[in-house]
Amino acid sequence: MFSLDLLLNAVVAGALLGGFYAAVSLGISVTFGLLDVVNIAHPVFVILGAYTAFTLNANYGVDPLLAGALFAPVFFVLGVVVYRVYYTSFESKGEGSQGGGLVFFFGLLFIVEVGLMLKFGVDYRLVEAPYIGESIHLGPIGLAYRLLVPCAVGLLMTLCLYLFLGKTFYGRAIMGVAQDSLALRLVGADPVRVKTLAFGISIATASVAGALLIMISPVEPSIGRAYIGRAFAITVLGGLGSIGGTLTAAMILGIAESLTSTFSGPSWALAVSFGILLLVLAVRPAGLFGR
Amino acid sequence: MSVKGRSLLVLAVLFLAGLFAFTRFVENRYIFFAAYVVLQYIVLATAWNILGGYTGYVNFGTGAFFALGVYSSVFLIQMFRAPLLVQIATGGVVAGLLGLGLGYLTLRLRGTFFSIATLALAVVLQTFVINWEYVGGAKGTTVLRPAHAPFFNNYIEFLFMVMGCLAVGSVAIAWFIEHSRIGRGFAAIRDNEEAAECTGVPTLKLKLLATTISGCLMGVAGTPFPYYLSFVDPDSAFNLSYALNSLAMPVVGGTTTWLGPVVGAVLLGTAQQLATVTISSELNILIVGVVLVLFVVLAPKGIVGLVQQFVQRRRA
Repeated sequence: MFSLDLLLNAVVAGALLGGFYAAVSLGISVTFGLLDVVNIAHPVFVILGAYTAFTLNANYGVDPLLAGALFAPVFFVLGVVVYRVYYTSFESKGEGSQGGGLVFFFGLLFIVEVGLMLKFGVDYRLVEAPYIGESIHLGPIGLAYRLLVPCAVGLLMTLCLYLFLGKTFYGRAIMGVAQDSLALRLVGADPVRVKTLAFGISIATASVAGALLIMISPVEPSIGRAYIGRAFAITVLGGLGSIGGTLTAAMILGIAESLTSTFSGPSWALAVSFGILLLVLAVRPAGLFGR
Repeated sequence: MSVKGRSLLVLAVLFLAGLFAFTRFVENRYIFFAAYVVLQYIVLATAWNILGGYTGYVNFGTGAFFALGVYSSVFLIQMFRAPLLVQIATGGVVAGLLGLGLGYLTLRLRGTFFSIATLALAVVLQTFVINWEYVGGAKGTTVLRPAHAPFFNNYIEFLFMVMGCLAVGSVAIAWFIEHSRIGRGFAAIRDNEEAAECTGVPTLKLKLLATTISGCLMGVAGTPFPYYLSFVDPDSAFNLSYALNSLAMPVVGGTTTWLGPVVGAVLLGTAQQLATVTISSELNILIVGVVLVLFVVLAPKGIVGLVQQFVQRRRA
């Protein structure tokens, strides 16, 4: 049963999966880690992105990656709207409203998920592109393009976000908004606008991750739930708000899940993220790269 | 006991007497089943509210705690056909311990970690159950319910009455908590945890007490389920509508008093039971989701809060 080839393939596939997981988790790393907004509906926007890519692909033959680039701005606007509602209903009312916000996102999660179910049914949907299904071989290791492309895009997204947050004025403003919003005002940035911008970016990354998701495997509305545990486990393991940490943690989870499903069966892969989440909270709540 | 407490006790006794009369006079099986579900939701909503409403910590994993109660009963029935009372007690203890353990791991940090962990919990527990053949695995298992029960025409009526007692019991627990030092401690945590800690409120102990009681009651609500339906599979035991409903009911009813979850459970529960006849279950969930978001955004104090506001305005 056990062989070196199998192990190598599992590790490589896991690392590729990790690049995609990073794309799913980046947005949560920004909202949860930097804005202190616990958007548990984030994965459902990933699914919404996947279905948008599916619709564009099935009706107009648009490449899923191009589709992702096209609708990301639309999702940015959607994120802005959602944050505005969240802000006026909960955040502007000050302390003790965290619970209400959580319930709000929970309700949103159900509305979008069931809405998709009613529109598209519970059948699995997939996209078509020339490179899906192809793979290249490096010795005993097979690299499937359907994993390779999402991983590459995930890495690129991570790099862009890292540079944006570290090098630009608005990026730095996002980094600082939860820590000291008064200081932010003094340098001429409105904290609420900064947070709105960050939330919009977060939802835009979710939608692109959705286009990647439907490349990797067929999608049905309820699979978003499996990503809630994963994405939050990654963000916490990486250290809240650390973009590099998120990527590292995503790789770790991807490899751990891939090994688990190769050697103990795919149904246990979901338990891995939960185990990691609890372990990190118990042993080192600050995560790998947390301050 | 205060006058108000005594009149509530009378009310509880009358309520149970009414349920008993219900078992005698209602013939329609569907109405019977619908009423059972509403009672079950009174337990679940009240249990959720003891943690979510009183201390402000949101639990998204009601389905997991409920299913733990369901499957501990299935296990005991498979083992030695344990009596119902043993099933109820075991389910309560197991789910309570899960609440305590999860609370201990996550509540020392920020409260949101608890919520996130409960979200992932259901997925993981379901995986365990699917892989555990002894309790039926993925395809489920049939449970033979006892043919007779003392004082009742059949076992279904007996279980209905048991659920009625559980509903009254959990509301009574919520009432006692609300009117005790514990309840004031919970409210202090909800309003400002740091300030509570500074003034000497043992916040961690109280939070753990809340997660334990809340989890225990959710598990208890699930224990009569195998006998009642006589078939259990992971999809029905872990159904997502438990998590959504047990959260939506207190929020819609009002989270700060014992009355809120009861009002919410009766209204939303009855509405859904009526609606399932005419519309699909997906549409049903969609409506609950929309109602939940509307309430949490526009009327965060729920129906009870709205009525209180109305009454105060009339007096002023």
